[in-house]
Amino acid sequence: MSVIKKLVTLLRGSARELGESVVDANATRIYEQEIIDAKHSIEQARGDLTGVMAKEMQTARAIERLKAEVARYEGLALEALNKTQESLALEVATKVSALEQELDEQTKAHSSYALQVGKLKELIKSAELRIREHERELGIAKTTESVYRATRSISESIGSSGSKLVNARESLERIKQRHEDLSDRMTAADSLDAEFGHKALEKKLAAAGIGEDADRTRQVMARIKARQASEGQA
Amino acid sequence: MKDLFDQLQGLDAAIGQRLGGAPVQLQPIAGDVPVVQITIEGRQELPIFLTCSSAQILCMCYLWSDDEVKPSRRTELLECLLDLNPSVPLSSFGRVDKRYVLLGALAADARVEDIANDVAVLSDNALDALEALSEFLN
Repeated sequence: MSVIKKLVTLLRGSARELGESVVDANATRIYEQEIIDAKHSIEQARGDLTGVMAKEMQTARAIERLKAEVARYEGLALEALNKTQESLALEVATKVSALEQELDEQTKAHSSYALQVGKLKELIKSAELRIREHERELGIAKTTESVYRATRSISESIGSSGSKLVNARESLERIKQRHEDLSDRMTAADSLDAEFGHKALEKKLAAAGIGEDADRTRQVMARIKARQASEGQA
Repeated sequence: MKDLFDQLQGLDAAIGQRLGGAPVQLQPIAGDVPVVQITIEGRQELPIFLTCSSAQILCMCYLWSDDEVKPSRRTELLECLLDLNPSVPLSSFGRVDKRYVLLGALAADARVEDIANDVAVLSDNALDALEALSEFLN
């Protein structure tokens, strides 16, 4: 059964046990061992493959060489016949038949090596596929276990710290409230700054005898002096 | 656990930097798999839990539990989550042990910058999702 199918079955049951039961420890070990074995067999097949491919090339070269020799000796036999050297031609023909026998053997060896190369390549490909599949399955199983175990740790930690997971709406309200408080405080700080900043400036201007406040005192003095003068006249 | 902590060196600062300088806390959680709780100031209610296995690093944020879903709108919510899944950048919806989660997965050898980016986006997405989907909740 595929791991995802197994997960779906387990999820219909008790999710609590999911942490341990996706792939039991034994199956995990078997998978891991299979991955190690498959990797080992790939390594071995790669080693074998280089040896067999070398032999395949060697036999190919031998075949070329033997074919050339057969052609050459056949030519020589023909030449001997043309010069009516029958017995010499027969000797050369014997040589050719020996060469042809060797050629036969090399050809058989070559095709058997070629077959082996094909088989080894297939073996490597299928072992690689098996590794990928096992690794994916183990990945899903281990991730599920890890997530559920982490969740258990988190729940236990929250439980032991005395606090509990608050209701989502409450959480949202608190975060929003805090955010509003902060922005209210910032607005208040801004307006306070503006107010105090403004008054502070006015005071400084008045102290330097600039602006309405400074002039107001002078105007009041002038008014009082004018009144004094007019009352003195009366 | 020590290995995970080595990998997460500087993660708190890197997350904070992506979230406007918010202080970030990393807290290991005891258990048989490595888990680190990431708390972002201002979003304490939505901590992110980071766990790792040989295959990947997983960042999870718990959204709500099964019993918080309005029974009459359950199917609608599930369909909505499936529809949303491909559109939400870097994070996917899921459910672990009757709790809905938003999660982001990274390669086991991810760099701390990538983890920080994922966590920051996850936190933003979680807050966003909670606000958008709260109509389905009790």
